[in-house]
Amino acid sequence: MSSKQFKNPVANWVEKRLPVISPIHHTLFEHPFPRNLNFMWNFGSLAGLCLVIMIVTGIVLAMQYTPNTADAFGSVERIMRDVNSGWLLRYLHMNVASFFFIVVYIHMFRGLYYGSYKAPRELLWIIGVVILLLMMATGFLGYTLPWGQMSFWGATVITNLFSAIPGVGDAIVTWLWGGFSVDNPTLNRFFVLHFLLPFVILGVVILHILALHTSVSNNPLGIEIKGPQDTISFHPYFTIKDMLGVCVFLLLLCAFVFFMPNDMGHPDNYIPADPLVTPAHIVPEWYFLPFYAVLRSIPDKLMGVIAMFAAIGVLFILPWLDRSPVRSARFRPMFRVMFWAFLVICYILGTVGAQAPDNVYVFVVPYLFSFEVSSWMTVLTVGQITTALYFLFFLSLPILPLFEKTKPLPASISEAVLSKSEK
Amino acid sequence: MSNTGSGHDETKRDFLMVATAAVGAVGAGLTVWPFINSLNPSADVLALASIEVDLSTIEEGQSITVTWRGKPVFIRRQTAAEIADAEGVDVATLPDPQAYGDRVTKPGWLVMVGICTHLGCVPGGQKVTDNKGDFGGWYCPCHGSHYDTAGRIRKGPAPKNLEVPEYNFLSDNLIKIG
Repeated sequence: MSSKQFKNPVANWVEKRLPVISPIHHTLFEHPFPRNLNFMWNFGSLAGLCLVIMIVTGIVLAMQYTPNTADAFGSVERIMRDVNSGWLLRYLHMNVASFFFIVVYIHMFRGLYYGSYKAPRELLWIIGVVILLLMMATGFLGYTLPWGQMSFWGATVITNLFSAIPGVGDAIVTWLWGGFSVDNPTLNRFFVLHFLLPFVILGVVILHILALHTSVSNNPLGIEIKGPQDTISFHPYFTIKDMLGVCVFLLLLCAFVFFMPNDMGHPDNYIPADPLVTPAHIVPEWYFLPFYAVLRSIPDKLMGVIAMFAAIGVLFILPWLDRSPVRSARFRPMFRVMFWAFLVICYILGTVGAQAPDNVYVFVVPYLFSFEVSSWMTVLTVGQITTALYFLFFLSLPILPLFEKTKPLPASISEAVLSKSEK
Repeated sequence: MSNTGSGHDETKRDFLMVATAAVGAVGAGLTVWPFINSLNPSADVLALASIEVDLSTIEEGQSITVTWRGKPVFIRRQTAAEIADAEGVDVATLPDPQAYGDRVTKPGWLVMVGICTHLGCVPGGQKVTDNKGDFGGWYCPCHGSHYDTAGRIRKGPAPKNLEVPEYNFLSDNLIKIG
């Protein structure tokens, strides 16, 4: 065995018997990272940090929580009032859940802008989409646990999505519930699954990192590494850069946790679940709103459900939809415009999902402003237009290279970086 | 020992291979089933599957909501106008065609599961002050489904009429649901 020699004799002793030191050493000091990575590359490690915070706060919360319909709501209130630091742990868990999605969505839009899903990184991207799906499942299951009105009716609506499946739909829903409605058996299994899935995510994250280290990080230029002059080591360059990102992240997180901990939740979830009364306007958590808008935009039940799942499913085939050989949007003038348009479409879909379908559509930027676009534009109309545009974005990718004249790519990363610093 | 000797041997090995795999697959399936089936409704949940409801206190034009299998059940003693309205509809024009007579066992008494057939919300319309939708029956606020005075879907994303549970009249004023 060509085992590595370290200065620390303990490290050598362990490495000889269990080779766990050398992969870490390799990642920190030897693995080639492109020297031009910008701050958009901070969000992967931030997502990892979120997962760790969620697991740690989640484990201690689970020690205080009671997964029973009679006691669940009360046990959450007990955490808030009686458990030592319980309020802090729960507010951290609630808000990091939202921040986790913010971080992951930025991480994905980064990948979209710089073409990080293209060969040889297709599987890396697909594993990432799997992580997103697992996160969505975990987030949904967790939102059920406080057993408030939004918990109960969110669980009811989402499980009922499966009743759209022809023939076996109702049997599947009864099986998911363990009864004839969302009830105690449902809450019990949702708690178990909410506890289990984060560890599944952890496993898939390890696959994600393995695939990343095999294909090496993409970079803002979207061109391959040509040699050692194009790369730097993770430590100290990216450890320090990531730590700056972590500081900004924690500042924002603390602003929410300490000053507006419930802003990203819904007030109705502080009303205990009542199976006989549906709230007048039910909405999912904010990070599901664009997909909820797609669901509601299609008037047919089955087609609505299919469209909603397709909105996420289309990401799996994205590496093959985009046929342009150029990765980075910096060199793709048309794709760059489409990317920003797509970002706006996703945002509008989110605002649509938050509003009642028959109302007049109001464009909202939280904390800043809101206005009616036009008195004849209902939420439904805007939702249908933006849903069509959402899918049009993906469907136009295969034919885009026929019309798009890409800009010339630089010869290498180091050449581009050095010419920039000379100016 | 050699497995390159004759074709006969290889066929036998192939057969044993396929047979073993088949038995293994069946065994795995049989083992997995109890795990999957354990998530289906348990005996204690099924035991609560029927209830009796006294109707004697309900006046004409009044509705009550009772809980059956954890779900709301709407019971309405309809007015003559509502019955006439429900009977006057051309059944062929409905999204889920069903005549009024097929939705009641005793005309005037409407018994339905109060769960929207779209995604499971409870439609409004039981209280006098509720929004009853465009057809004077029930209206689901979640995604905008309108039900008529017989609980039939008329407008919106719901695919089916409000479900009529299995029930029968034990006497004039007593029904058993389930």
